[in-house]
This record gives sequence, C-alpha cells and structure tokens, in this order.
Amino acid sequence: MTSGLWELVLKGVWVTIQLLVLSALLATAVSFVVGVARTHRLKFVRFLAGFYTEVFRGTSALVMIFWVFFVLPPAFGWQLVPLWAGTLALGLTYGAYGSEIVRGALAAVDPAQREGGIALSFTPWQRMKLILLPQAVPEMIPPFSNLLIELLKGTALVSIMGMGDLAFSGNLVRLALQESAEIYTYILVIYFVIAFLLTRLMRGLEKKLKAGAGKARVRRPDPEPKRPETTNAGGAVR
Amino acid sequence: MKWDWSAVADFMPYFWDGLLVTLQILVLGSLISFALGLVWALLMRVPTRWVTWPVGAVTEFVRNTPLLVQLFFLFYVLPEWGITFSALTTGVFAIGLHYSTYTMQVYRAGIEAVPVGQWEAATALNLPLRRTWTAVILPQAVRRVVPALGNYVISMLKDTPLLMAITVLEMLGEARLFAQQQFQFTEPLTVIGFAFIVISYLASLALRALERRLVH
Repeated sequence: MTSGLWELVLKGVWVTIQLLVLSALLATAVSFVVGVARTHRLKFVRFLAGFYTEVFRGTSALVMIFWVFFVLPPAFGWQLVPLWAGTLALGLTYGAYGSEIVRGALAAVDPAQREGGIALSFTPWQRMKLILLPQAVPEMIPPFSNLLIELLKGTALVSIMGMGDLAFSGNLVRLALQESAEIYTYILVIYFVIAFLLTRLMRGLEKKLKAGAGKARVRRPDPEPKRPETTNAGGAVR
Repeated sequence: MKWDWSAVADFMPYFWDGLLVTLQILVLGSLISFALGLVWALLMRVPTRWVTWPVGAVTEFVRNTPLLVQLFFLFYVLPEWGITFSALTTGVFAIGLHYSTYTMQVYRAGIEAVPVGQWEAATALNLPLRRTWTAVILPQAVRRVVPALGNYVISMLKDTPLLMAITVLEMLGEARLFAQQQFQFTEPLTVIGFAFIVISYLASLALRALERRLVH
C-alpha cells in the first residue's frame, strides 16, 4: 500500500472517531434524560419515555440512518450535514439502549437510600442528584462500556451512505488496489485496537467513579471463608 | 410532509419478498450462531491453553469488530481465495459467526450457573464425561439461557439490513431499490421501519411468554 492510501485510511480513522465521540455524547444525554424520565412520578412522562425506548430499540440502526438521510430532508425540509445526520441517527438509537441501562441501575439502588432521602425531606431532584445518581452511575459503567463498543461497530454503518469513515476508506482502497484481503485485515485490526483502547478507558473511569462513591475496592483479607455452593442443587433459576 | 398511499400499495409486493429473505437470514443465522456458539463455549472449557487461547482471541476479535466490515471481508476476500458463495450464503454465515461470539458468552454463563453439586453427583454416579455433558450439564445450562439467546435473535433481526451492503435483497435492499426506481423514499423506508418495530415487539412478547414457561 502506498502512503497516499494510508493517508486515506487515517482520514477514515479520524471521521470514525469524530462520529464516535459526537454520537456517544448524544447517546449519553438521551439515555440519562429518558432513563430518569422512566422513574418519573407522572404516568404520562413514564409512558412517553417507554414509548421512545420501544420505538428506537425496535427498529434497526441502519434503517434509522436511511430514514434520517432520505426521509427527513423532504419531509421536514432539513438537510443535515452527513456527520450530523449520522450522529443523530446513531445517538438516538443507542441512547434508547442506554436509557434501559440508566433505568436498571437506578432501580438497583437500595430502596433504603431513597427512603433516607425522603426522610431528610430532599426534593425529588436533590434525591436524584445527591443520592441516587452518585451510587447508580458507577454501576452503569460496565454495561455502558459494552454499549460503546456496539456504537463503535455501529459507526461503520454510515459508510453505506457514502460518509468517508474507516469502513468506507477500506472500500476505496479495495477499488484502488483491486485486492481486498490486506486492506480489510488492516481495517478490522484498527477497529479492534480502538475497541480495546475504549474498554481500558472505561475500566479506568469505573475505578475512579467507584472511589468517588466510597465504594473503592479495598484489598483486605476476607473475614469469612468462602463456602462452596452446593446447597441449591436442582433449585429454581432465581 | 406528503404521504402517498398508492406508493405504499406499489411497494407491498416487494416488501413481502424482502420480509421472506429477512426471515430466512434470521432463522439460518440463528441456527448457525446457536450451534457455533456452543462449540466455542465447549472449546473454552478444554483444560489446555493451546485451545482456549486461540479460541478466546479469535472470538474476542470477531466480537469487537463491525459486522459490516466482516461482511465485506468475506464477500470480497473469499472469492480471491477461490471460494465463491452466493451473497446470501456469505451473509448468513457472517451474521451467524458474528453472533456466535455473543451466544458463546451466554452458554458460558449458563454452564457456570449449573450448581457444583450436579458435577459432583455425575462424578459420584461414575458417568463418563460425554454423558455428564449431554445428560446432566447441558440440559440444565441451555434451559437457563433460552431467554438470553432469544434476546440475541432480536438483535440479529436488527442487523439483517446490513446484508444489503453485499447486494442481498432483504427488506431494506428491496426498499432502497424501489425508492431509487420510483424516487419515493418516504413510504418504503417508513413501512420497513415500522415492520421492524412490529416484528421485534412481537418477538419480545413471545420471548417473555417463553421465559415464564421455562422458569416455572
């Protein structure tokens, strides 16, 4: 491969990273807003948030991308720059998946914590901000990390719309060289390296947030010896 | 925004063709991913790292790279090596392989969730290894993981449109073809988007019913 072709691949990496960061930010915002809305006391708000999640989780990300590229412009007169169209489609779709993570983590906080907040007469917003979220957010990081990898894989979809991301640059190089094994192997390896770096990053973030919530893993010997699990033989699943 | 019902009516015959192909991909891809995932999960239990390392590395790689690029790889590289399949076969295999790296994790969790007492009982009854797996461990493990496997079938449904990129005419491929011929994008794309929501919603309802039946 010549250096010109490598430059093309590097440009593709840059577009992929831009798209990943922007749509990850949008997806995070959407998942917190919708996920918190699903715990709202008004039934109507809960219904709206649930409806959003069902619709955007139900349809395919690629169909959503097609929709944003082809149906939005004539229907509403919005012609988005490809980068923003891709960000919008991916952010809204993956935000719907993320809202389930937020809802699950909020529901998993010990109910006594919520009751403590009520007893101290915190407002619902204070309860959310000062009690629930600081405990729930560190628990969200591992599933969010998986979702981020899914999002990285999802960014490849925009290449079908002709956006010059990493997968698209792979296609261009294939056409230029008339040879595909080498370039596609490189492209796959680059995606894998990005995914690997992301998982490391998220693991570091989790450790930091857990320490902030007073749940840092302290190394001390187990006070109680571990018992083998033999008593629940043949029991129910949960 | 204008909505043309006659375009919807014109699109419907193509829609049914596409739906059939999509369901075909889904069924065959699921079968491949269930079988291959079990193979990976069992290979990961072989007590030598000469097996677990390569299998672990390959599956990790497949899981963390985009299905779209894997499709391109199989579609363009295999013919260079003298192996030619139809686009549909390539796509079904790629999607099955990709999802087998997910189902493998599901099986692993299911196998690990079988209580140690079951293994001990199998040893006490002097069952050979093969019988231990087929008669004791796997029936319990697979039963536990059916709901989780079903979730991956639903995600696979939502990845089937990717096969359009390698010229398979499934729902999105039919919609795009129709849209480009008739210059009507709104109706076909909205119809298939709606179809995806309906199918995955029905599938999740069916899955919930199945889950209730298996747990109790």
